[in-house]
Amino acid sequence: MQTQEMTRTKEPASAGDTILSVNNIEVIYDHVILVLKGVSLTIPRGGIVALLGANGAGKTTTLKAISNLLGAERGEVTKGKIVFKGDEVQALSPNDLVRKGCIQVMEGRHCFGHLSIEENLLTGAYTRKDGAAAIKADLEMVYNYFPRLRERRQSQAGYTSGGEQQMCAIGRALMSRPEMILLDEPSMGLAPQLVEEIFEIVKQLNEREGVSFLLAEQNTNVALRYATYGYILEAGRIVLDGDAKALRDNEDVKEFYLGVGGEGRKSFRNVKHYKRRKRWLA
Amino acid sequence: MLYDIFIGPFVQMVEMPDFFLQVLWEGFVAGILYALIALGFVLIFKASGVFNFAQGIMVVFAGLTLVGFYESGVPALLALLLTIGVMGALAYGIERFVMRPLVNQPDIILLMATIGLTYFLIGLGEFVFGGEPKRMIAEELGLPTGSTAFEMGERGLVILQHIDIAAAVIAILMVTALGIFFNKTRIGRALRAVADDHQAALSVGISLNQIWAIVWFAAGLVALATGIMWGARSDVSFALEIVAFKALPVLILGGFTSIPGAIIGGLIIGFGEKIGEIYWGGLVGGGIESWLAYIIALIFLLFRPQGLFGERIIERV
Repeated sequence: MQTQEMTRTKEPASAGDTILSVNNIEVIYDHVILVLKGVSLTIPRGGIVALLGANGAGKTTTLKAISNLLGAERGEVTKGKIVFKGDEVQALSPNDLVRKGCIQVMEGRHCFGHLSIEENLLTGAYTRKDGAAAIKADLEMVYNYFPRLRERRQSQAGYTSGGEQQMCAIGRALMSRPEMILLDEPSMGLAPQLVEEIFEIVKQLNEREGVSFLLAEQNTNVALRYATYGYILEAGRIVLDGDAKALRDNEDVKEFYLGVGGEGRKSFRNVKHYKRRKRWLA
Repeated sequence: MLYDIFIGPFVQMVEMPDFFLQVLWEGFVAGILYALIALGFVLIFKASGVFNFAQGIMVVFAGLTLVGFYESGVPALLALLLTIGVMGALAYGIERFVMRPLVNQPDIILLMATIGLTYFLIGLGEFVFGGEPKRMIAEELGLPTGSTAFEMGERGLVILQHIDIAAAVIAILMVTALGIFFNKTRIGRALRAVADDHQAALSVGISLNQIWAIVWFAAGLVALATGIMWGARSDVSFALEIVAFKALPVLILGGFTSIPGAIIGGLIIGFGEKIGEIYWGGLVGGGIESWLAYIIALIFLLFRPQGLFGERIIERV
């Protein structure tokens, strides 16, 4: 597998080298619904950053703001700015962004159901201009990371399993030769072993191909094991951030997201709801 | 009565084979022409999942533009090029002012938009070219006129109009070219991707605007070819727009997403209509031609809603 690495020259991940920064953004849908109330994130080049939070916390909105896909859903970034590799994202179209190396894998896979797996992967190379040979080599690379896709290459994506579709969606993103992948809920609806398998591949891609990841996840446990840094989002605000290890050991995170009780508490029955809010805001 | 339904017509077919062949040929030609119209619908439906109500008027509009240029003194072939240019501009305009603002809206909204577009084009066409029927400049464009008669044994002959043969050849060429375009090229693959999932297509960097402009332009070219062929048989007039509704049963039969389906569906409807009219029409007082297609379509909707060649409707999570 190692021999199939992308030929792109990897820039060394020096300290303080930021690939993406989100500064205090506010997102409003339909001119009235305020979804993000000042979210800031920094993704170092070559890092895996987890964005955690419950349903409706604003994870997907944050990711779509970064990949500039909000416009199609009548959402708008009204404040703050997002900078990817030195350029302001709002000034770029989604296809410019893909060309610059930032691609999103959407929540719920979104494979092209009527296209075969291989055709799905090839659509990922739509923006590339470096010729058929290079694309073919990358197709081979994707098949090496996801051998299951090679077996199903001729199947219509709509008829493949959820896990295969997730692999197809990630593989499709890889075909654009990204430097940064925004991965939205890769674990959704998948069996635990499959979730491990997918995260394991994410880690390999990060180490071997130098792709940076921003992972939006509800599965805090798995996400914090693979990420280097984490942000916790609640009701459109970042309430906590820190190294993945520190977050894993944090009593509040354990209590609210990992389902591990703190000292003296044996079950959720003993956790008072108001406490949650108070502790985060303190 | 039973004899008239089940035996009589076939006896007739065998007794007068030359007449039967003539009917078959008429059916074939009608089928090809329906197929050409249906092709325009399929293109737009494949790329945007919307039934383009305006395809019929685009046929008329393309025909009128072509004749209009010619009448204002432009040589026929140059007029053809200019018309292609106009269809390109129209495609860009539709993408920019109709499709783009409506991105990600439900399909029904896009359908309504194409109905609006229909009335816009009718108005524009009448304003620029007037409402009278015009003669198509088939001959000037180098299309063959005249006809060949084939003798059939001792009695009777079959007459083939050259323009019909040309229509068939052009239809076959267009279908082949479009089939290759959709299945083998990068843009074609992107078109199908857009048809499946707008959002996902955007997320992998496919520009919807570009794709839609391309597909409307392709539909415009098909409309132009259709306009020339239909126009050569009758006249170019706004009445032609009605013919476009014949494409509906063709699409239901062949499947909304299949290019070969449009052709096969067109042929089935064409043959069915002509043969039904000639051999069985008398039993119900004639006029089968105008409704038979819809009855066939209805039966298909009951038993095979995706059509003969349509993509299977995939529903799974």
